[in-house]
Amino acid sequence: MTSTNQEWKFTTKDIAEKPDLFLSGHRACAGCGPASVLRLIMKATRGPTIVTEATGCMEVVSSIYPYTSWALPWLHTAFETAAANASGIEAALKVMRKKGKVKDEHVDVIALAGDGGTYDIGLQALSGAVERGHDFLFVLYDNEGYMNTGIQRSGGTPKGAATTTTPAGTVIPGKLEAKKPITEIMMAHEMPYVATASAYYWRDLLTKVRKGLEAEGPAFLHVFAPCPRGWRTDPAKTMEYAKLAVESCVFPVWEAVNGKRQLSVPSKLIALAPKKKKTVGEYLKGQGRYRHLFTPQNQKLLDEMQRTTDERWEQLLKKCEPV
Amino acid sequence: MTKNQVNQHMMALNGDEAIAYAAKQSDVDVVAAYPITPQTIIVEKFSEYVANGEVQTEFICTESEHSAMAACIAASATGARTFTASASAGLALMHEMLFVCSGCRTPVVMAVANRALSAPLNIHGDQSDSMAQRDSGWIQIYVENSQEAYDSILQAFRIAEDTGVLLPIMVGLDGFTLSHSLENVKTLDDEVVKEFVKVRQLPEVLTHEGKMAPFRLDPANPMTMGPVAFPNYYFEFKRQQDEAMHNALDLIQKINDEYSKLTGRSYGNGLIERYQLDDAEVAVVCVGSTSGTLKTIVDELRHEGHKVGLLRLRTFRPLPVEALRSALENVKAIAVMDKSMSFGGNGGAVYHEVRHALYDAKSHPQVINYIYGLGGRDHSPHELRRIYEDLLRLLKTGTVEKHLNYLGLRE
Repeated sequence: MTSTNQEWKFTTKDIAEKPDLFLSGHRACAGCGPASVLRLIMKATRGPTIVTEATGCMEVVSSIYPYTSWALPWLHTAFETAAANASGIEAALKVMRKKGKVKDEHVDVIALAGDGGTYDIGLQALSGAVERGHDFLFVLYDNEGYMNTGIQRSGGTPKGAATTTTPAGTVIPGKLEAKKPITEIMMAHEMPYVATASAYYWRDLLTKVRKGLEAEGPAFLHVFAPCPRGWRTDPAKTMEYAKLAVESCVFPVWEAVNGKRQLSVPSKLIALAPKKKKTVGEYLKGQGRYRHLFTPQNQKLLDEMQRTTDERWEQLLKKCEPV
Repeated sequence: MTKNQVNQHMMALNGDEAIAYAAKQSDVDVVAAYPITPQTIIVEKFSEYVANGEVQTEFICTESEHSAMAACIAASATGARTFTASASAGLALMHEMLFVCSGCRTPVVMAVANRALSAPLNIHGDQSDSMAQRDSGWIQIYVENSQEAYDSILQAFRIAEDTGVLLPIMVGLDGFTLSHSLENVKTLDDEVVKEFVKVRQLPEVLTHEGKMAPFRLDPANPMTMGPVAFPNYYFEFKRQQDEAMHNALDLIQKINDEYSKLTGRSYGNGLIERYQLDDAEVAVVCVGSTSGTLKTIVDELRHEGHKVGLLRLRTFRPLPVEALRSALENVKAIAVMDKSMSFGGNGGAVYHEVRHALYDAKSHPQVINYIYGLGGRDHSPHELRRIYEDLLRLLKTGTVEKHLNYLGLRE
């Protein structure tokens, strides 16, 4: 399996001129990070494409019968099945093309899932589909919780965050466990393309979608997508948080082509000029889900989060090609 | 063989092999499956066909039955002829996706080598697995022998993919009793099968772009499949599924007739099979392979002068209510056999449904239940004969000793 190294230069003009494939009129909340991400992702498609999506916020807001936001063929079956569906679609297209039952053209397959449908309930199907080598792009839009069911913890919820199943109580200060290193798990699958991206850095995001589609075999894209409702943040500041997460190295952006990992520009700039790195506190501030951390008794938790973020960043730098 | 019937070839096949062979001849596009006893021979055999280039099929060896069914639904939604096989825990794991499959109107064909459910773990044959899925919106056909397993898979593609039905179908064969027992099976030429099963046809539907287009995921004609439907639409979706089941009732009979003309083999009217039932005073209702043994016992008892008969329920979903009633309303005492339990339900599923079908019968026959064969418990001809003897005694005394009976159970 090979991956392309071609650098895509998406411009604002490209985006403006390409018709939307994820259409307006959907019922996402104001300031929804994932909705912006989906719209952008669909701008990076390169030709005939079929999308399959796990149950979740984006599925629910976009397909309320008899309406749809999807201008391309789209299938939803269940919460844990995005990758398994992609397997079925890809296999069907392959054999039907061979038999002349469908048009002789390549069709890209994109599987979409939130953090619940990826880190947790969908992990087995994802791992299986990647191991089998199906040619598809799996996009994880990570808003760090089960937001569709009312903000519960997921394997992608960071330590310290308050959710409705990890409330900030008088004894327990939010989620006690760390965010699962999902991209490291995917890297361990030795797949052709793994990348992280943030909703804020749209050009980087689009480029990675395109490269993921061009990779022959499975590709995994982890997109950081803030949720104002779940994070208790100002809907106007969604992109700001998407930027701060990268700037504070809480969510560095990078890509790995055939296992060779390198930082992407926004994170590379921080690696080159460490003084630009913002503190974890700057990122957490203003997020209602972390409000309880900004108290004297929880100061040690904040300090610990800064320490683990720094450690992870250092580890990542070692895993990446020299900048 | 009458003049119009086609050439057939005798092959020694067990039930699983017969099914794999039928799937091979049906030119399946996608198979997504996960191994489980006693179905495994089906996927093993099919894998050999793939490995030897004997089929043009994408075989997806999924990491679970749940993903197998998800992949099947997606492949079928893409327009592919799709097949899978499962049993027991595997079918139970698919439970969620079985409803999605019927709800998406993706006509997947699945062979179920019927096996007990855990706990305790048991790999042997009973019908607990598929009976537990009876309300999942799948058509269910249960076969008596390997020959019927072969024939029914060929018919299943025609039934499921018919644009007036468009529902998934499971063909149940008793685990080990049929799945692993070698029988002589008459098979058809590839060309004959090809002509019979045809190529999958897709219905034309109205897309959101206002165009009529084949019902499948197609970049040229985008459509949204598996949407959210709120209380204002959900109910109508479900009603349509039930309507499709009703359509299947007629189609199964039509396909049975067509197959009979082609091969000389038919299975009753496709829904039920009547055996010595016309003047029967007592009868047994049975699903699956035990019917074969019961037919021998009926012959024996008839020879002894008793008016006994058998009704084999072949199609359990859709339930042929009218056919059951007209076949049984003149019988005075009926024993319904269940190879599964409905815990706390006061009788098994087949018993409940046969009694339901007979509620409007003016004659109001006595109907009793025998639970048998759970976890592969043997049921000898001697024991089965006792059911008829119980019925004949009931006929004489007019009193039911016990409605719920267990065959071959230590108590």
